[in-house]
Amino acid sequence: MNMKIGVVIFPGSNCDDDMIQVLQGRYKQEVVKLWHKDHNLQNCDFIVLPGGFSHGDYLRSGAIARHSHIMQEVITFANNGGYVMGVCNGFQILCESNLLPGALLRNENRLFKCENVFLKVENNQTVFSMGIPQDKVLKIPIAHGEGRFYADDAAMQSIINNKQIIFKYCTEQGDITAEGNVNGSLLNIAGICNEQKNVFGMMPHPERAASEVLYNTDGCYIFDSIIQHCLAQV
Amino acid sequence: MEPVTVETAQQLGLRPEEFDKICSVLGRTPNFCELSIYSVMWSEHCSYKNSIKWLKTLPRESDKMLANAGEENAGLIDVGNGLACCFKIESHNHPSALEPYQGAATGVGGINRDIFSMGARPIAQLNSLRFGNLENERTQWLLKGVVKGIGDYGNAFGIPTVGGEVYFDDCYQVNPLVNAMSVGIVEHGKTCSATAYGLGNKVYIFGSSTGKDGIHGAAFASKNISEDSVNDLPSVQVGDPFWEKLILEATLEIIETGGVIGLQDMGAAGITCSTSEMTAKGECGMDVWLDKVPTRQPGMKDWEILLSESQERMLVVVKQGFERKLEEIFEKWDLTYNQIGEVTDGKNVRFYMNNNLVADIPAESLVLGGGAPVYEREYSEPAYIKEIEKFNIDNIKDIELNDENLKNILAKMLANPNIASKRWVYNQYDSMVGTITQTTNKPSDAAVVKLRGTDKSIVMTVDCNSRYVYSNPLQGGAIAVAEAARNIVCTGGVPLGVTNCLNFGNPYVPGVYWQFVNAVTGLGNACRKFGTPVTGGNVSFYNQSSDENAVFPTPTIGMIGLMDSTNHMTLDFKNANDTIYIIGQHQNDIGSSQYLAKVLGVEQSPCPHFDIDEEYNIQQEVTSIIENKLIQSAHDISDGGLLVCLMESAFASGLGFEVNKEANIRNDAYLFGEAQSRVIVSVSQNNIDNFENHLKSNNMSFSKLGKVTASEISLNNIQLGSAKNWKFIYDNSIENHLN
Repeated sequence: MNMKIGVVIFPGSNCDDDMIQVLQGRYKQEVVKLWHKDHNLQNCDFIVLPGGFSHGDYLRSGAIARHSHIMQEVITFANNGGYVMGVCNGFQILCESNLLPGALLRNENRLFKCENVFLKVENNQTVFSMGIPQDKVLKIPIAHGEGRFYADDAAMQSIINNKQIIFKYCTEQGDITAEGNVNGSLLNIAGICNEQKNVFGMMPHPERAASEVLYNTDGCYIFDSIIQHCLAQV
Repeated sequence: MEPVTVETAQQLGLRPEEFDKICSVLGRTPNFCELSIYSVMWSEHCSYKNSIKWLKTLPRESDKMLANAGEENAGLIDVGNGLACCFKIESHNHPSALEPYQGAATGVGGINRDIFSMGARPIAQLNSLRFGNLENERTQWLLKGVVKGIGDYGNAFGIPTVGGEVYFDDCYQVNPLVNAMSVGIVEHGKTCSATAYGLGNKVYIFGSSTGKDGIHGAAFASKNISEDSVNDLPSVQVGDPFWEKLILEATLEIIETGGVIGLQDMGAAGITCSTSEMTAKGECGMDVWLDKVPTRQPGMKDWEILLSESQERMLVVVKQGFERKLEEIFEKWDLTYNQIGEVTDGKNVRFYMNNNLVADIPAESLVLGGGAPVYEREYSEPAYIKEIEKFNIDNIKDIELNDENLKNILAKMLANPNIASKRWVYNQYDSMVGTITQTTNKPSDAAVVKLRGTDKSIVMTVDCNSRYVYSNPLQGGAIAVAEAARNIVCTGGVPLGVTNCLNFGNPYVPGVYWQFVNAVTGLGNACRKFGTPVTGGNVSFYNQSSDENAVFPTPTIGMIGLMDSTNHMTLDFKNANDTIYIIGQHQNDIGSSQYLAKVLGVEQSPCPHFDIDEEYNIQQEVTSIIENKLIQSAHDISDGGLLVCLMESAFASGLGFEVNKEANIRNDAYLFGEAQSRVIVSVSQNNIDNFENHLKSNNMSFSKLGKVTASEISLNNIQLGSAKNWKFIYDNSIENHLN
């Protein structure tokens, strides 16, 4: 049995095809494209908000996309326990939609940055991160200008208490230090989930690290977990 | 409308004899609107009037070419599997000199539109950038602006920037060069042409609406930069990558419907250029109603609408019956669009404003290959060439090989911004979107992108060492091509074709034109030798602030090649104890090297050693040893010479090397000379015999240099410490200059 995965396309999305390539090409899942003007999710079991520059990042990354027709459906779906994952701009949209806490601010050095970075899993008991060894250093690229995770003290406390931190930036050696913190995120946060653990966002791009052609398959740790564990529940 | 005078023509940048020619073509005196049209269409930028004679000498044919050079917006080369590669490079120098952010951004936008207006989806971008001295504050401002402009535009557009080059030399102080290249892929038979035909077929504009930006931009690009150039600021357009992304998707969708007769983007000279070029090509006429063009502000004049270079706009001629289908696609992508004209059976483009005919011109008379002027310019060898000929290597004190000397010079070399890592630049570009970039995790001399659904990859590079071209345009032009080919070959690819961006000074200066003629001849010779036709490109003259201060002649070469993906060769050392060889010959030569120019400050010296047959043979050999899996790494010797080349292979791997000089040549020439046709390879122990036998049997020059070590670097038993420490200097130099 396969999952039916919906990849949402906003005007300005540009990592949609890359994501579909992995989910359909590598993992042989059924994937449908959901257009931002659509009003239904076509009975998808899992929704992905891909990276890109939805609506040109005007106003603020994700701020316009969050008001689209399709996002009203995604919000309802998530609030009913449906699985949603956002990568990069998708993560920003999830924060703007209040499906995830916090916000993603301009990188500390105020420059767009694209390079391989290193991650360690913080909570490997979610469907998005199950089975990733605690000491495994994942090499996954980033490509963003606004990825510095921020939340106020109360929200941070709640994120920590509820074990919502999924990934943290680290050095190549696996040290979660300032040196490994590529954009100045609070607590080196690279990816978080919501309190119910059904909505997940991360700034690095696992779909860019899921192919032998690219000589990097570290992103498969995440997709493997999703395919295996979300599938079991739908 | 009032007829105009020759004075008006001159104010618009036309020459008196050109004004006379216009009057004779029309059989009357033009009005202001018509004159404006001629002024942009006959500008250097659109007409190539001072370059076309020499461009025609370039080799433009191969059995792999699917579109003839210059006939379409970009070159088209067969890459097998029913696919074609569409690629082109273009300059945006003048706008970037005034407004680096928008200038560079719109350069990226323009070149990508050239690719997708042919029906190809862009898959990769490259760029070649040149600035003045990095110590200079204006240079820093220009660099930051240009890089951010390219990044913001290309990143949002969503096509990876996979390669490029950045140089700093005083000659670019006033006139930076910003050359952008785009590479796309299209299925055979699905390309779209920039043409118009079919009486009554409707003409649509879609994309952004038309504003007052960029008016006379083409004319602006056709004169020297001066203090008054700030008055040309409205000539610089403003780009919006979000719109570009939408028109990319919409363009490919409308082509897919089969309802498109022809399509062209609005580049230089806006609606004027696209309507006249498409009608001239289709040998038809066109009526255009300017009042139907969606504008950003009310009250725009006819000539303003005609000449506006507002970005992200396309013109399409629609097959009858497909109008509604296309409109639905424009609406899906929320694009502004309108029908603004139709194809007629005349030969003229006729522009109307509120039912008044404001311009009526034979399309053919406007375009390159038609009535646009073609000039032969005088040229003569400039005086500095004699100075260069006086150079004598014996007057340069050689480097004494000792610990202090070597460390001192090496630190200077690695911190030289022309040699140092460009990561501050390229990390601001999304190099991985599209998930086909294979050189992210396996760096090579050229960029590699996977051709999806095949076992092939496209290899691409941009190259030009303009210092060599300055010292000897004929040879330097050839070296630019040879180096591009060498980079592709060292990566495992086979060179297929070239696009060039010819950046020179004022063509009316005989010494500048001499550089142009010789460089074009040299690169043409090399393109013939390497079997890489020139499929298209662009010429940018007037990169000079005064008659004395032209930029180095800079014929940037963009080259693509094809590779069996299994042949992907990388530049990083692989294992300690692998043996390091040089293929090719050491030369007692430091001409035009970064060492001579930047460490010793000697500006005038000859072009480095180069023999085109030797180069060709070495490339054939490298191809063969890669195919036979005999080597672990390959990296060509270029800027900085042998020691820098070794360092780069070490930095990319975290390993070190130990090398002993055996060649009986000067130390500086050995370490830092930039003689061409040399490649450094590393070979594992079990392949040494096969490797050496292979080279011997093909009579290739090669010698053993030393071996790869775990981390330490030593030269003639002088310990230089760990590669990691040197890498720190190399990695951070440019960033340090900017803080």
